[in-house]
This record gives sequence, C-alpha cells and structure tokens, in this order.
Amino acid sequence: MTILRRPFFWIIAAVIALFAAVPSVGNNVELRESLLLAAVYITLASNINMILGYAGYVNFGSIVFFGLGGYFCVWLMSAHGWPLAAALLLGGVAVSALALLFGLGILRLRGVYFALSTIGVNEGVMAFVTNFGPWGGSSGIYLSPALFLPLGGPAKALWVIYYLLVGVMGLSLYLSYFVKRSKFGLGLLAIGQNEDAAAMLGVPTPRYKAMVYSLSAFLPAIAGGLYFFKSAFIQPPDAFDLQLSTETIVIAMLGGQGTVVGPAIGAFLYEQLRGWLLTSPTFSNFQLVIAGVLLLAIVLFAPGGLMGLLYRRWPGLRRFLE
Amino acid sequence: MLGLLASVLDGVLIGAVYGLAAMGITLIWGVMDVVNLTHGAMIVAGMFGVYLLSGPAGIPVYATLPIVLVGGFLIGVALYWLSVHRVIGQPPLMSLLSTFSVNLVLIGVGTAVWGTDLFNVPASLPGFSMGRYTFPGTHIMAAVLTVVIAGVLYLFLYRTRIGKAVRAVSGNREAAELVGIPTSRVLALAFGIGVSLACVAGMLIATMFPFTVLSGDAYQLKSFVVTVLGGLGNPTGALVAGVALGLLEGLTTPFVPVSWILVIEFVLFVVVLIAVPGGLMQLRRRRPD
Repeated sequence: MTILRRPFFWIIAAVIALFAAVPSVGNNVELRESLLLAAVYITLASNINMILGYAGYVNFGSIVFFGLGGYFCVWLMSAHGWPLAAALLLGGVAVSALALLFGLGILRLRGVYFALSTIGVNEGVMAFVTNFGPWGGSSGIYLSPALFLPLGGPAKALWVIYYLLVGVMGLSLYLSYFVKRSKFGLGLLAIGQNEDAAAMLGVPTPRYKAMVYSLSAFLPAIAGGLYFFKSAFIQPPDAFDLQLSTETIVIAMLGGQGTVVGPAIGAFLYEQLRGWLLTSPTFSNFQLVIAGVLLLAIVLFAPGGLMGLLYRRWPGLRRFLE
Repeated sequence: MLGLLASVLDGVLIGAVYGLAAMGITLIWGVMDVVNLTHGAMIVAGMFGVYLLSGPAGIPVYATLPIVLVGGFLIGVALYWLSVHRVIGQPPLMSLLSTFSVNLVLIGVGTAVWGTDLFNVPASLPGFSMGRYTFPGTHIMAAVLTVVIAGVLYLFLYRTRIGKAVRAVSGNREAAELVGIPTSRVLALAFGIGVSLACVAGMLIATMFPFTVLSGDAYQLKSFVVTVLGGLGNPTGALVAGVALGLLEGLTTPFVPVSWILVIEFVLFVVVLIAVPGGLMQLRRRRPD
C-alpha cells in the first residue's frame, strides 16, 4: 500500500480525527453544531469539485443530490420503518443511480449546454417533488421523535449523527483524493483541459462524465439523509435550497478548484465568514450579496482560489498537498 | 373547444414576450459565446423598473418603456465592463461563474430591499372579446410591442453600419478586429442590447402577471428553452420559438396543473438539446447528406 506512505493520506486522517475529537472534549454542543455545518459544506464542496475542478464542468444543481438523498432517507424511515443505516445507504445508491441515468442523458451535452441543463435539473426536480403526493408534496414529511430512540434518545442521537457526518466528510476527502490519483481522475483532468483532445486520445468522455456525475451524487445524498434526519422534517424549499447550492460553488472556488484540500479550507473559511455575517446586524441580510462579490472577485482575479495563490507563493507545497 | 382556442391564442401572445426575452440571451450568446446568467435578474430589474416608475413616479405604464430600454442598455454596458470583459475568450466555466455571481449580488440586494412579496403593476387596457372569452388588453399590447421591438432590432442588425459590425464580430471576432472594428466596444454594445431586451421583456411581463424578486429564475429558464429551440445566436428563431413555447403552454394549461409546466418545459429543453443541438430552426436548413 504505497498510498499509506503518502503524507497527504495522513493529513486527511488527522483532519477527520480532529473533527471527531475536538467537540467531544467537554461535550461542546455549540462547537459541534458549527463543525457539523462545516462537515456538510466540505462534503458538498469536495464532491462538486470532482466535476467543477477536475472535469471543468459546472453543476448548478448539485444540491439536488443532497435534497433527494434527504427525501429518500426520511421517506424510507417514516413510511416504511427502515433503520437509519439502511435508509441512508439505499438513499445514496438510489440518488447515484438516478444521477447516472440522468448523466447519460445530459452529459452528451458539452460545456455551456450542460451547465444550463443543470439549472433546469434543480427547478425540474423541485417542481416534481412539490407535486409528488407520496413525499407529502409542498408540506413535506415529518419524522416522529420515536425514531431517535434506537440511537439512544435525541441527545445521544445528535452525537451519532455528527460522527456519521464527519465520517461522510472523511470519505468525501478520500474519494476526491483517490479519484485525482487514478487513471479515471487523469481522464477527467484531461477533459477539463481540452475535451476534444481527450476524446481523440481515447478518453471515453461521455462515459467518464456520467460516472463522475453519478459518483459525486453518492456521498452528498447520504449527507442529506443525515442532515434531514437530524432536523426530523423535510420540505422542498429546504431540501433544494438554491443558496446552499450556490455556497457550494463559492466554497470550491474560494479554496481552489481542482485541489483536494482547497474545498476543505474554503468550507472552513466560509463557515467562519458566515457565522460572522449572521451575527453582524448590518450584513445579516446580505449573505448572498457577499457570497456573490466574493465569487466574482475570485473568478476575475484569482481563478485558482486560495490554493492557487499558496502554490504560486510556495511551489514546494505541491509535494505533500493535493 | 373555444376555450382551448382562446387559451392557445393567449399563449401565443405571452409567448411573443418570452421570445423577446430570449432574443436578449441569444444575441449575447451568439456574439460573444457567453451565457448571460444575469438574465433572470435583468428581467426582474425591468419588472421593478416599471413598478417604481409607474407607481411612485406616476409615469403612465407604457410610457416607461423607453426609460427601461435605455436604462437596461446602460446597465448592460456597465455589467459587460465589470464582469464579462475579463473572461471573454476563457473557458465557459469562467463566464458562467462571473455572470452567476453578479446575479447573486443583484438578487441578494433585491431580496434585502423588497423581500419576496408579490408585486403588481396596475396596467389596464380594454380587452378583445371572443364569445365568452376576453383577451386582456395588456397581453395584446405586449405582443404588439414585442413585434415592433423585434422589427427595430432586425433593422438595426441588418441595415445599419453598427449592426453589421455586431454581426461581423459574431461571425469571426479576429477577422472583424483585422478590418478595424473595435471589437471590445462592439461586445459591450451587444451585451447592452441583450440586457436591454431582457429588461423590456420583464417590464412587459410585469404588466401581465404579478411578480416577486425571485420570478427571474423561471423566466430565465424559459428563455433558455426558447433559445435552444430557436437555435443559438438566431434572434428570429428566438421569436418564433418563443411563440411556439407560448402555444405549448396555452395547449397544456387547461389539462395540467400550472406547477407542472416548468417540468414539462425543462424536459423539452433537454430532449431538444440532445436530439437537435442546433435548434429546431436548423432542421429546415439542413442539407441532405
């Protein structure tokens, strides 16, 4: 296992350990909630990064995976009495399968057309779920508090959910890392550089794009399941929150698209910024505005994001960071 | 039966306005290969333009059109230099993200100022009756104005020197530069016209339907559908496709709940993109090979 000898593997492991250990010391619930959100951000941003950063395709509807995963999980638990683990896994698999089906269709589209269709995916899926009877339509689904009992009551369940989410976050980082180092990832990077040239050299571009689209759906769907299990109810506007979708893109660009650490750093910084904005009386209404200004500045002046700037200053960092 | 006919005819009237909005997107897309994701926000800007000018300022509703037109143009030119100029010629990801971020800023400011309440523009014109059905005067007026504006745009693009420069840049930017056309300024002009069309379309929609700050998304999606149906960079195609989309909406409205229409349109969008990526207008011109 040469991968175990790479320092980056252990850096990720250390981050996961820190996330799990720090709030557990002294039962710090407030810190846990803040880190939980950071873990969700890191999961979403790492997964969108595989499309955005590696393959150079922008997915404006990534939140669909999160929302649908939440819906599958909550629905399986409330209507069919499934245990959490099974509902989460089936949710992830189902959303991935849907994404693959969908990806085979829309990923024949290239560049701009693909981006446009992802905007439509968000609107389309949200309209569908809002009208879909078994999932409660626009009023959504509520979970009974009794469902928390198998996890040892609500207070303990929140810790279990947190550890699981940190696990999902860790898996996202490893997935992002392994994909980048694999032949598959190399193909994606080639697509990002020049799709025609990649196809010419034998990269099966439509298949790779569909695969990465589907792969990037799996962990966000599970995170969505956990997130909405935690809030114990789910409604279309929460599940397909366009703001979260947008923030995900901002985070990936802020940290540095195409790198593995970038989205994680971006998520952490954005979470701090957001906390500050929410408590500031002047800016609490202007979160989207600030996210927009931030994104515009990055796109125009530092398209490589924070990691791009760091790498330019200290090229040696490339040796042990990905 | 008469009801269906009335619904279809009304759909055609509204569809013409969709076509007008889509002409804005297709012009920018065709000339500079940039998808203007501020389009939805600009439609909303037009809506609020007419709302503010006709309400507090007391200008008659249709007299605000020239103000919205010119205002939209100026905003568009400013947006070009602010967010688009630096990403011209870069991968599509960059221009998508830069216009998307401007859109975020505008929508964010809009929701902070106006919230997400429903607004109305009090426009009333005598309608036209057909048996038990009445076509609202505002719908007829909107369609008529659309046709006039489209005609003016056509004359501009095909009969004036500047219009020809726009088309030249659209055809081949480097060659246009070589023959002495100031391409950056032409791009700014085209972006301004595109945004101006979006604003006017928004203004006309506001005379027909109530709206919120967030209404732009749905109309932006419709514009994309229309653009794709009509073929990229083809303003005439956009107008025809807009009417076609309106017709489709008119046909489906009596049978399908309103909330499903966006889903249907989106499916249509994807199907057309995959089946005929050049747009439906291209089928007519396709040579047998």
